[in-house]
Amino acid sequence: MASGVTPDDIALKGVRYASGRLGDSLAGVGRAATMMLEATQVSLRRPPSVRLIAQQMGAIGVDSLWLVIVVSLFTGAVAAVQAAYQLTSVVPLKYLSGVILRSVVIELGPVLTALVIGGRVGASMAAELGTMKVTEQIDALRAMGISPMRHLVAPRVLAAIIMLPVLTIYADAIAIFGGYVVAVVVVNVPSPIYLQGLREFFEMKDLLSGLVKAVFFGSIIGMMGCYHGFETEGGAEGVGRATTMAVVSSCVLILILDYILASVLFRIIFA
Amino acid sequence: MIEIRGLAKRLGRRQVLQGLDLDVRAGETLVVLGPSGTGKSVLLKHIIGLMKPDAGSIRIDGEEIVGLSEEQLNPVRRRFGMLFQGAALLDSLTVGENVALAMQEHARGLDEAEVRRRVIERLEWVGLQAAAALKPASLSGGMRKRVGLARALAMDPEYVLYDEPTTGLDPITADVINQLIRGMQKQLHVTSVVVTHDIKSAYTVADRIVLLYQGRVMFDGTPEETRRTDDAMMRQFIEGSSQGPIQPV
Repeated sequence: MASGVTPDDIALKGVRYASGRLGDSLAGVGRAATMMLEATQVSLRRPPSVRLIAQQMGAIGVDSLWLVIVVSLFTGAVAAVQAAYQLTSVVPLKYLSGVILRSVVIELGPVLTALVIGGRVGASMAAELGTMKVTEQIDALRAMGISPMRHLVAPRVLAAIIMLPVLTIYADAIAIFGGYVVAVVVVNVPSPIYLQGLREFFEMKDLLSGLVKAVFFGSIIGMMGCYHGFETEGGAEGVGRATTMAVVSSCVLILILDYILASVLFRIIFA
Repeated sequence: MIEIRGLAKRLGRRQVLQGLDLDVRAGETLVVLGPSGTGKSVLLKHIIGLMKPDAGSIRIDGEEIVGLSEEQLNPVRRRFGMLFQGAALLDSLTVGENVALAMQEHARGLDEAEVRRRVIERLEWVGLQAAAALKPASLSGGMRKRVGLARALAMDPEYVLYDEPTTGLDPITADVINQLIRGMQKQLHVTSVVVTHDIKSAYTVADRIVLLYQGRVMFDGTPEETRRTDDAMMRQFIEGSSQGPIQPV
């Protein structure tokens, strides 16, 4: 070729680029995990203040509740419409609520809640901590002999770990209610049939597996928000970049971890 | 006393500090002058352990702090107060809470009334007792620096580090800050390191002035000696000339 660039060169470049990006991402996850380890060690020596944890629980949980309500109401409604479309004239209608119940409790509730909270809370954590970093507020804490790990990181991660399962329970209940409304009003499933299906198909291990997932997702959201906030460099642009990275990385990690947890929970623990 | 020997630090491609030697004697106020980007702030951050040097030694009253972990540094840091360039007040807290923060963290024996009394006392020192309930965002730059100073003095430090205390302030507010620094030294007998490029501020607060350029100390003298020096670098800096041995960046 005239330019001397062969398709092989381009492919090689692509592979190098992809492996470079993958390497960077893995290194980032490693550094974030190291940071969590440090935060845990520091907090074991002396626990973070309850007031700070409660504050973060409010910011992560209470302030996100409206968002979770809207998202899960429509998730349940869509699940009902889709399930009705696929099941009609194939299986009895009482299975409709069973399908909604199990898909919501096992998968949709925890994962959608985590993705939505990852976007909302992960971004705000990274932006707040990133701004604190570039305006030397984190250095000021260290200069006063106050551990930023204990004062900033630990309360956020702990609050996320506590609040994600709580929000997931809300999400599950509201999604099932959303499904109920659509099933009864639109698909004309009799209300007692829907409720009977819920009772028949409910399994404690489904609910538990969803909540276990939520605990892990909460730790990822807190970890990524804090890590990218603390890594922020270079003013407003850096804060913007950190915010994006926190959201993108937590969403990707949530989906990857969801697969791993599903395999572990349903093939090993609850098998 | 702070003894710094052979301090070296590279940031990215730039060798910011290159084998810096400097002593800060007990009770004195040392002003570190120098053009922007010569490592003045970097020097301060090394003294309080916020940055780790590539080489060299820093001793605080004989105790080596290079190589200490964050946790080991904390007792050392408690003996210091630092005023950051942008004041670095925590903007999620009120002015009063900012000043109280270190007391609540380190002096857990203090009851709330005592903490409040100390906070008000420190805010009175800087003339801002009325601002205790305000958030930092609603303060002017000069007020924020004064709160930063009150916070730096919260734990009765032996050493106070000032990172460009008058930069970005109008001349009158700058003088208020200078007088505060001077007053604190007389009343509290702290040892201070003031990093600045404000000559007037240096003359007002300094017992001794050093000039930092290219990561090394190029001049060392009292304010009086500084005024009368014929050292080419110091003269160029005092006169604010772009012509001379110091190359503008």
